[in-house]
Order: sequence, then structure tokens, then C-alpha cells
Amino acid sequence: MHDTGKILAGLAVFLALATSPLWYASLARSSAAAPRLDLPAAERRCVLPREVIRASHMQLLDEWRTQVVRDGQRDYVTPDGRRFDKSLTRTCLKCHSNEKNFCSRCHDYAGAKPVCWNCHVKPEDIK
Amino acid sequence: MNALVSLIVVAVLTAVAVAGAGARPSAFVLGIVVPYAAAAVFLLGIVIRVLRWARAPVPFRIPTTCGQQNSLPWVKSSPLDNPHTALGVAARMALEVLCFRSLFRNTRSELRDGPRLIYAENKWLWLGAMTFHWSLLAVVVRHMRFFMEPVPFPVLFALRMDGILEVGVPVVYMSSLGLLAAAGYLLARRLLSPQLRYISLAADYLPLFLILGIAGSGILMRHFTKLDVIAVKELAMGLSTLQPALPEGIGALFFVHLLLVSSLLAYLPFSKLMHLGGVFLSPTRNLANNNRMKRHLNPWNPPVRVHTYEEYEDEFRTLMKGAGLPLEKEPK
Amino acid sequence: MTEPKLKPDEVASIDYVVPPEGWTRTLPDLRKGTFNYGANPKSAQYLGLPNPRAWQPMEADWKLPPDWQRIVLEGLRERLSKYRSLQVFMDVCVRCGACADKCHFYIGSGDPKNMPVLRAELLRSVYRNDFTAAGKILGSLAGARPLTIDVIKEWFLYFYQCTECRRCSVFCPYGIDTAEITMMGRELLNLLGLGIDWITTPASNCFRTGNHLGIQPHGFKDSVDFALDDLESIFGVRVEAPINKKGAEILFVVPSADYFGDPHYFGFLGYLALFHEIGLDYTLSTFASEGGNFGLFHSSEMMKRLNAKIYAEARRLGVKWIIGGECGHMWRVLHQYMDTMNGPADFLEAPVSPITGTPFENAASTKMVHIAEFTADLIKHGKVKLDCSRNDHWRVTFHDSCNPARAMGLFEEPRFVLKSVCNNFFEMPENTIREETFCCGSGSGIGTDENLEMRMRGGFPRANAVRHVHEKHGVNLLACICAIDKATLPPLMEFWVPGVQVAALHELVGNALVMKGEKRTGDLRGQPFAAEKGGKKDA
Repeated sequence: MHDTGKILAGLAVFLALATSPLWYASLARSSAAAPRLDLPAAERRCVLPREVIRASHMQLLDEWRTQVVRDGQRDYVTPDGRRFDKSLTRTCLKCHSNEKNFCSRCHDYAGAKPVCWNCHVKPEDIK
Repeated sequence: MNALVSLIVVAVLTAVAVAGAGARPSAFVLGIVVPYAAAAVFLLGIVIRVLRWARAPVPFRIPTTCGQQNSLPWVKSSPLDNPHTALGVAARMALEVLCFRSLFRNTRSELRDGPRLIYAENKWLWLGAMTFHWSLLAVVVRHMRFFMEPVPFPVLFALRMDGILEVGVPVVYMSSLGLLAAAGYLLARRLLSPQLRYISLAADYLPLFLILGIAGSGILMRHFTKLDVIAVKELAMGLSTLQPALPEGIGALFFVHLLLVSSLLAYLPFSKLMHLGGVFLSPTRNLANNNRMKRHLNPWNPPVRVHTYEEYEDEFRTLMKGAGLPLEKEPK
Repeated sequence: MTEPKLKPDEVASIDYVVPPEGWTRTLPDLRKGTFNYGANPKSAQYLGLPNPRAWQPMEADWKLPPDWQRIVLEGLRERLSKYRSLQVFMDVCVRCGACADKCHFYIGSGDPKNMPVLRAELLRSVYRNDFTAAGKILGSLAGARPLTIDVIKEWFLYFYQCTECRRCSVFCPYGIDTAEITMMGRELLNLLGLGIDWITTPASNCFRTGNHLGIQPHGFKDSVDFALDDLESIFGVRVEAPINKKGAEILFVVPSADYFGDPHYFGFLGYLALFHEIGLDYTLSTFASEGGNFGLFHSSEMMKRLNAKIYAEARRLGVKWIIGGECGHMWRVLHQYMDTMNGPADFLEAPVSPITGTPFENAASTKMVHIAEFTADLIKHGKVKLDCSRNDHWRVTFHDSCNPARAMGLFEEPRFVLKSVCNNFFEMPENTIREETFCCGSGSGIGTDENLEMRMRGGFPRANAVRHVHEKHGVNLLACICAIDKATLPPLMEFWVPGVQVAALHELVGNALVMKGEKRTGDLRGQPFAAEKGGKKDA
């Protein structure tokens, strides 16, 4: 007995799963391009260099939160001597007031859900 | 010795990736050509191997029965460990594939003075294997976030569940730790137990070192050295959409990760890792114990030389007659 | 034998330490007591087997045909294309080691090549070398090794140190069945004429006379007559046992040891007494005078050749269906192979018990019912009068024979029968019974005195569990439903657990049976019942 039908069906399921990125991309008409962000018009410099912010902003925000909530430490001095308030809403969102076209673009693209909005209100929602 | 050979293979692969990451043409090969080639070998290799298995028939129905058979109506049978229906077989296979039912039976025998043999529960291997395989599955599903845009719900759900403990920023996935710990355990038992070391081939260490390398580099990138995940997803989506391109700003460690993954994929169809397909085709598990209920056919069932009753009676007729046994033909 | 006598203490001082060098570098040690002698050329010739010649494993020259390598590799190629099991089992083992200490031969010998995983690697290494790309390119690095004479000797040693009991396959996460590997290994060895005599000669007897012992029809008749006389003296009733009777409803097939061996014979008396009491219309056959099948231990072809007579005789005698007696490997063949090989049995009827009217639906196609199933049904329906106290001189435990356990799942039927016929029944520890039962250590055709040491080693786990209930509950009888068990457990018990006897399930049934008009003098062994010995009945 060969059970060829069952084996071919099993192989078909395996192939469908294993090639899912290919047919999903084609069905969803995905583009390979990275998302484009709405960058602030006025300010060109963030608190840290762009690469560092890209890779580690979640850790910076996490440190800020701890220092503010636990120790009441609110002053942040950048390596190049600029001073900022350690605040998501008053510092970050001042420039990046468009969560939908800034934060979410990359976060959705990477499938990473930020926990910021568990407590904070999104700037768009204030209006 | 066998472990060392495998470790050297993984070290060489790592060195190749580090060396190749620096220059753009070699990074193109590592980031695009190698993954495509590995995926092709993986898919084709598995299909060919499974078809080779499929070509050989299952001449006899030989389930290993691990529970009471279905016989008299008042005898309670064991539908999961000794199924006699297709549904029961499906359930037995599901238990085997999803829960490692057979490994769960594992015991350890020990010879004490007396002499006395005792058997103790031994679920560590089962626990290690379950942690290893389920973590691996979670890791693979999680990584689909790089290959699919928009990220589909099941992948998001897996990400959410895997990070549900919300420890650390970015979140530490349970599967990262599970995979690392379980692969470490599987390696340690192979190295530490003299009996296991005795039976282990280089081919037994290689997948473990590859997976440890993959998990280690992945964890390093996510939590320590950091990298631009947007660029990584661009690379992955280029592969998914068949419009490959090599974005700037991807570090050497990522190429190490990718080369080890590619090696593992390409190696899989030629290795013991084919148990991923073979477990479904094992005739001692995937057949119903309905042997006397339903005839099983053997496609090559050959005619054989038998000893017929006529030949038998011809040889013993006189003796049979003398013993008063009934005969087909009276002796002359 | 001139060798020093084996001592349990010495056999039990087992060293589980592995050699420092890799297993491919240790040569097979053909030490006396661990292997079986080569097949008698006359038997091999009678069966038409290749390369019949006088040879012995301890001789340096095994007198192989000149192109032996080609024969083995071609044979392996052919079997890979015929058996998916072999293909898959060659490819998927991960060497996790879960099987290692599940094998009675490994537990009892400490020889790492008796770990099921390594036993399979003996064959797998050759498969890799000649049939896989990795093995061809990477050689020993990929676990491959070329086929040499030493490999063949190693196969001979270790494929005849496996009883095909399938205990390892219960624990394997992929269900890899060493019995399949061993069967293939033995088939390949047999292509070179490397069979053992304890398998080849019984097979040749069986082919000629219908049974392994070579008992000719008049001898069979004598044995049965002898049994009928014994029954008359025990029960005071003259019992009939038809032989070669055309038109009987049922053909009854037993292993030949049942009417020739001790203690099998008492079980045979039990069958005959029971069938008489219920008035069963059955017949024995001198031609189908063996349900057992040493072909199973030789090759699938030999199995089919020896098995063919059962359906052929059922057809000739015009019976409706078949009952099979107590035998382990016989039931592996009947349950998992007979219908496929020699069926369809469309000239028979689906079995229905003429006494209770119960249809044996689980045997509707093969049309052959296990005696334990048949008797359990009888007892359940109250069709026989039983007096359990007649077994009160026994404190009984039950040994699940490998094949009915792991190739059928026949667990409850014999237990129900046992509990219905005796008052004192005690189970052995749970890791040693049912699907986890331990082999007698002498199955699959290797139950001779030649390899006695290996048998005592292999039987050690079984004996150890018996000793546990012997010490704890005073068990003095090991009941079983396998002819090889009945032949090989008595010496095993004598070696490890003196004071425990071995009996057929149906011996105990016969003891308890209250026959109409009987004038009982004692049990089937001719001993007085416990009550009459002055023993207290503790029902």
C-alpha cells in the first residue's frame, strides 16, 4: 500500500506553508520598500544620532520612564550638550506629533507593538 | 572528536559570513544568493526525499500496539495507543507529533545490588525535546514578521504570546530562552553521558551547534548589539517579493545569523532532521490495528514455493493410513 | 557442555562502561554462549536456500560466495524499494538514545551494540556508505563505513542477539522498530547462507511435515491419543479430539510444542477439555500442525511459505473459521501478515462463536480468533462452570508475550480468563508488563543451549520482575500464552528465580474446569488440588 494521495496532500500542505512568504506577498501586493516617515519639518536633529535612535529608542524611553517615575530625574543632557525634559509627550511627541505617520509606520512594518499607548494618549487622539 | 568536527564547521561558516559581510558583492551573495539557494535546496530536497519514501510501499500493516486491542464488545480498548479506526490513528499521530507521546513514556533503568533492576520515571528528555521543538516553531512563526507585509494576524498573535511576560525592552521572547536552553541541554547530555557520546555522530552535533549559533546570534542582535530591523525587513521582503535588493546598514552578525540559517535549511533534507517528515510516515505509528478486520494489500506479494497437502499426503499416505487418519487418496 | 557453569551473580555483574574507541573500531567478539550455530546444510538444501554448506561462526572462514558484497548490497537495494519502513528507519533516527536501556539484551549485557540504536547503526552505516550522497562524499565523518567481512560478522552476532520483541519501538519517538531492522538484517545474512540452525532446521521440518518439530502425521495422532488418555485419567471422562475431519465448523491450530513440550502440554490438555465441555465442532490437522512460524525469523518469503498451509488446510477441510492456540510469534504472523500474504480467506465465514453467538468482528477478514478471545467470551457468557479453588496451589502472575502485546494489544482477554480461573493473581510492576513487557530473552529463534549465557542475560529483566512478585506475594507460577516462553522461561526461572513454575493460560482453565460427569483426581499435571492436600482455600 502506498497512500500516495495522503502523502501528496501532506507535501502540498508543507509546500504551501513553506512558501507562504512568496504567495502572501503576491496576494497582499506587498512592496519590498521600507516605509517612508513624516519627519518633522522644523527640527532635523533628534536627541541622539539617527542610527542610535533607530536601534535603541525603546531602551532610551524605558530608561527615561524609570528615572522619572522612580527617581524624579527629569533632566536629559545629550552627548553634545543639549538639554531636554525626559518626557515622551513633551519632548518626543513635540516634534513627532503624528503617531500614525511616524511611529506606527515602522512599528507596523516590523510587527512590533509599542507599549507606550497603554498609558499615554496618542497625540492624534487629543484633538 | 565528532563534536569538534561539527564545531569547526560552524566556526568556519561564521568566519565566512564575517569576512563576506564587509564587501558589497560578497554581502550580496550572502544576503540574497545563498538564502535563495538554501530555500530551493530545502524545498526540493524535502520533496525528493519524501517522494522517495512514498515510492516504497508499506507491504505489511505493522503498528506497534501500545494499549488494549479492540476485540470483544465488553473489553475496553485503547483508542489512542492502539487505534483501530482512521480517526484513532489521526489522534495517535497528533499526540505523537504534537506531544511526543512515545518519548513521554521514557524511563531509566538502573541496576542495583541484589541484583535488582529498577525503572524510574525520566521525563527530562521529553521536556527538553518539547521545549526545543515548540520554541523552534515559535521562533520560525515569529520570524515571518520579516517576510510578510502587512504582518498577518497569526504572526502578530505569536509575537504577543511569546512576549507575554513583558520582561525587558525590547521584550524577551520565551522561545528565545527556550530554544537556547533546550538546545544547550540536548548538547550537554550528548557530551556528558558516555553512552550517548558513544552513539553520537558528527551529524548529531552539527544541527545543535548550528541552532545554538543561530539562536545566540539572534539574541545578541536583538538585545545587545542591536541592528536596524527595518533594513533587515527590507532585505527579507525583497526575497519574498522576488525583487531582491541589499539595503545598507546591516551588520556582520546578521550575515552570520543568515548564513547559519541557510546552512541549516540546505542541510536538513540530507540529514536526520528529515524526521520532521519521517515521523508522519512511520508504519508502526500511522496504521490502524485493524489487521484481522480489513485485509491489507502488499503490491509485491510474490508467489512462493509451498508444500501442498497433496505432496504431504503422497509422502505420508501409508503412515496416515496405518494411523487411521482420513485420506484424500487411498494407497495403492 | 564442558564450559564452567553460569552463575547468576557473575552474569548480573554488568559493566555499562563503553569502550574508549569508537564503535566502528571494535571487532565482533564471537564468544561461546553468545551466538548460535550455523544452519545444517541438509535443512538449507531442502528449503532451496542459497549457499548451503557446513560452516560454523567460530571458524575463521565463513565460506561466503565470491560476490558476497554485491549480493548484500543488491539485497539491501531491493529491500529499500520494497519496505517504506526500512527507508524511513534508515533515514530518520536522531540517536536520542531513548531506546538504549529499553532493550533486555542491553540491560542484561551492557554491550553498547545491543542498544537498539547501535544495532540499527550497524546496518545504517552501510546504507549511508552506499546509498546516500553524504555518506559517499564524507565517508566516516557522515557515519558511513564500507561493507567488510567484519561488518557481516557483527551483523550475524547482533541480529541474532535481538529477539524482535519491539519493546524499543514503543519508546522511540518515531516508532523505529528494531524488529524490522533485524528482520532485514537476517534476510541479508540468509542471502549469503548465514542462517542459524535453530531457525533453518525447524523451518525445513515445518515445510515438510507441517510442524517445526518434524512430527509426522501418525506421531501427531499418537500425541493426541496420549493426551486423551491422560484426560480420561484426570477427569474420568473420555474426550474426543477429531483430526483432519472434513466439514468440522472450526479448524484449531496450535504451536507444535503444545502437544510435545512441557509445560505446553498441560495447556493442550486444557484446550481439549474445554472444547469437549462446550461441545465444540472442531478439528485438529496433521498438516496444519504448527501455527508457529520460524519463517518469520528467516525472511518474509519463508514466512509466507510456511504460513500458506493454514488457509490451504482450512479450505481443504471445508471449515468455517479458525481458532489459534497460545503462541506469541505465531500470532504476530497470523495477525499482521497472514491475510496479506496468503489471503483473502473469502472461502471462510466471519467467525461467530457457536456457543455464545458472539461475532468476532475484529477477525472478520482474517477469520482467525485467538483462543484467549474465544475463552474470555465463553466465560463472560457463563458457558463453563469453573472452580477457582482448584488453582489455589498456585499464586499466579502473567507474562505478556512480546508479540501478542506489541503486535496485537491482547492484554485484557488473558487477564480476564486468568482472574476467572484462579484466586491468587498478582501483576508484575507496571514498567514490565503490557506494552512495556520484557521478552523472555530467547524469542525469534534463538532459544538454544548454544547461546545460553545470552539468553540468561536477555531474560534478566523479565526474571527480575518475576522475582519481585515472588518475594512480595509468594508468586510461584508464571502464566503465559507463548510456546517459546513455555520452553525458555523454565530454565530462566531456574537460573534467576528458583521456585517459580511456568504454565499455559489454558492449563489453569483446564484445572478450574468443572466437567459434566467428571470424577476429578487432581490438576492437569496429575497433582492433587490444594484443598485435598490439606491447604486452606482462601477464595
